[in-house]
Amino acid sequence: MARTARPAGPPGEPRRVGYLYVLPGFVVYALFALYPLLKAVYLSLFDWDGLTLGTWVGLGNYGEVLTDERLRAAFGHALVLMVFFALLPLGIGLVLASILHRARVRGLSFFRTVVFLPQVVAMVVIAVAWRRIYAPDGTINQVLSAIGLESWTRGWLGEYVFALPAVGLVGTWFETGLVTVLLLAGMGRISRDLYEAARLDGAGPVREFFAVTLPSVRGEIAVALTLTVIAALKTFDLIYLTTAGGPGHQTTVPSYEVYRQAFELGRVGLACAIGVCLTVVIFAISVVITRVGDRAGD
Amino acid sequence: MPRTHTIRAAAAVTALGAGLVLSACAPGGSDTSSSSAPAPSSVKTDAASLGNVTLTVWDQEVRGGQEKQMSTLNAQFHEKYPNITIKRVSRSFDDLVKTLRLALSGADAPDVVQANNTRSQMGEFVKAGQLVNLDPYAAAYGWDKRYPESVRAVASYSPDGKTFGSGSLFGMPQVGEVVGIFYNDAKLKSLGINPPTTWADFDAALQTAKAKGEVPLVLGNLEKWPAGHVFGVVQGRFTKAEDIRTLGFGQPGGSWTTPENTQAAQTLVDWVDKGYFSKGFNGLDYDPAWQGFSKGRGVFLIAGSWLQADLSSAMGGDVKFMLPPAPEAGGSAVTTGGTGLPFAITNTSKNKDAAAAYIDFITSENAMKVLAETGNLPVVETQQQTAPDPLGKDVFTAFGTVSTANGLVPYLDWATPTMGDTLGATLQDLLAKKVTPQQALEALQKDYGDFTGQ
Repeated sequence: MARTARPAGPPGEPRRVGYLYVLPGFVVYALFALYPLLKAVYLSLFDWDGLTLGTWVGLGNYGEVLTDERLRAAFGHALVLMVFFALLPLGIGLVLASILHRARVRGLSFFRTVVFLPQVVAMVVIAVAWRRIYAPDGTINQVLSAIGLESWTRGWLGEYVFALPAVGLVGTWFETGLVTVLLLAGMGRISRDLYEAARLDGAGPVREFFAVTLPSVRGEIAVALTLTVIAALKTFDLIYLTTAGGPGHQTTVPSYEVYRQAFELGRVGLACAIGVCLTVVIFAISVVITRVGDRAGD
Repeated sequence: MPRTHTIRAAAAVTALGAGLVLSACAPGGSDTSSSSAPAPSSVKTDAASLGNVTLTVWDQEVRGGQEKQMSTLNAQFHEKYPNITIKRVSRSFDDLVKTLRLALSGADAPDVVQANNTRSQMGEFVKAGQLVNLDPYAAAYGWDKRYPESVRAVASYSPDGKTFGSGSLFGMPQVGEVVGIFYNDAKLKSLGINPPTTWADFDAALQTAKAKGEVPLVLGNLEKWPAGHVFGVVQGRFTKAEDIRTLGFGQPGGSWTTPENTQAAQTLVDWVDKGYFSKGFNGLDYDPAWQGFSKGRGVFLIAGSWLQADLSSAMGGDVKFMLPPAPEAGGSAVTTGGTGLPFAITNTSKNKDAAAAYIDFITSENAMKVLAETGNLPVVETQQQTAPDPLGKDVFTAFGTVSTANGLVPYLDWATPTMGDTLGATLQDLLAKKVTPQQALEALQKDYGDFTGQ
């Protein structure tokens, strides 16, 4: 039996056939992700109310996103939320995970579940619960009154200084579990030999953490940061349900503005422009995080 | 070889993207029909002769008494006109607001829809030519005689959708709404205060309540909009009704920065300074606030008739409702109010006559009776109905009085598409003393002025 000569190249099916395998997935992806994205970019070039004929404004909407004080502020608030959604949980998660990892806690899986629990609960439920906690006669104020700090009590979500951090702390509470569990998994993979070597060299727990644990979980840190930063930047439900952007405009975020512009004010074009900008920001930050994570991992 | 493949694939993706862009014309270009009114002669009011018709109706009457009145009236309608089948789609208010825009621009638009009066909803739909001008039907069915001017105004637009509050009728509401003052009658008695009949009385009552350690005025303003209702009532104390109407309908020629409005804003700040409002009001939810009032925390509550059923069942005879006292300058009470969401006919409806017959039926005299029986506030013939409870009687009387005396002024956030947000945020700023009354009014003036082009 004569076999036709296989063309040069990598082993396996020829490339053309390879693309064929990808096709079904790509069609779905194109239909539900690429097409809406392109359509959004396209709509962002119009001044369109969603009903009547739109007018072409080119990059006018993007100009407005950059110049409108309120929209700029929304992006600023999202950056503040990043600290609460990503950096704080990372710090807390690192401490928690290394304690849980080192101490060989009894019932580790129980604690892991408890820490992870916020992730399982729907954000709507979380928002409503925290709204009660922050209310003028809510849990926090009751505790403050009980320990004699009556003068510190306030309507937390209605205060100009405290509203954004208050919302941010809900995010911290929400994301810490995810980060901790991710890091715990990473730490579980670290070879015991490394710790043994470190200990033989006379390293204490702190030194051990910085010399062995931290470098080993860089990959997990990158993943955790990517996930939490994206969560911070696209927060909508939490803001919508706790403060509706208030007091004044102290807690508006880009996704809330997208909703407001499109559904309340009927400025679909501008809403798309905000959405596209948000996508670009998220994309850029994710690229930076993964790049840094990868490089450090080498 | 692989290199070429990659390039070819990239080119394909680019071409695909470009194709998507090129194939789409300017968004929203397909529908350019205008809101032409049917000729009066073509209006058929005999619904029984229209043959077999199915009407799709989108409403938001989903809660308790609302749901009951709607299903009762639908059943009665179908009994009277067996040839017309009602296909009812009910959604919550929020869902309706979000989906109506898309539904109306689709090919399968419903026949009858409940559209919010505001510019961002009804105004936009009128502008896009998606709603039917109801003037011929109003004449044929006599709606223009049964519904007072001030009620029809809140569902009227110019045919280009630019002027709100006058022009042609585009919707017919079933129920009324009025903002007034609820008070805890038992508490007033124990504090030795008589129900205030003048604004001076009201000020004195607040002061006495505060001095005796009560919360004088309940307010939960986390949602931003509740303070707008308080401001609307206080504005009626100083500013003339027609001036408020000009501002509220966003018609040109008004001004926010008048001495009267400044007085109103200053009054709110004074109340904050004197500690009359609930503690931490900007961080307090609307619902827990009035629920607290129903449990005896607080003396007065400025809120709308929509709380009547809940407050009545929680407090029984201890709660009463009154219109705000007459304005300082004299005359009869001026207060914020309006209607529930009006029912409108879509331009794509194939059975406009049947749709109009349906709207007539659910706003008829009989319908007003059904509305009252099911615990709703009928928008017309209010005082002739039997209220469900003593508090309901107060509310019916108040609405009947103020609507017939032309004292109803529109919600201030109706003025411009952005005013809801501007007003809410500005009042939060004002009440938190982040801005002065002058700065607050300038912010409102800017929103209003930008819109009316002044």
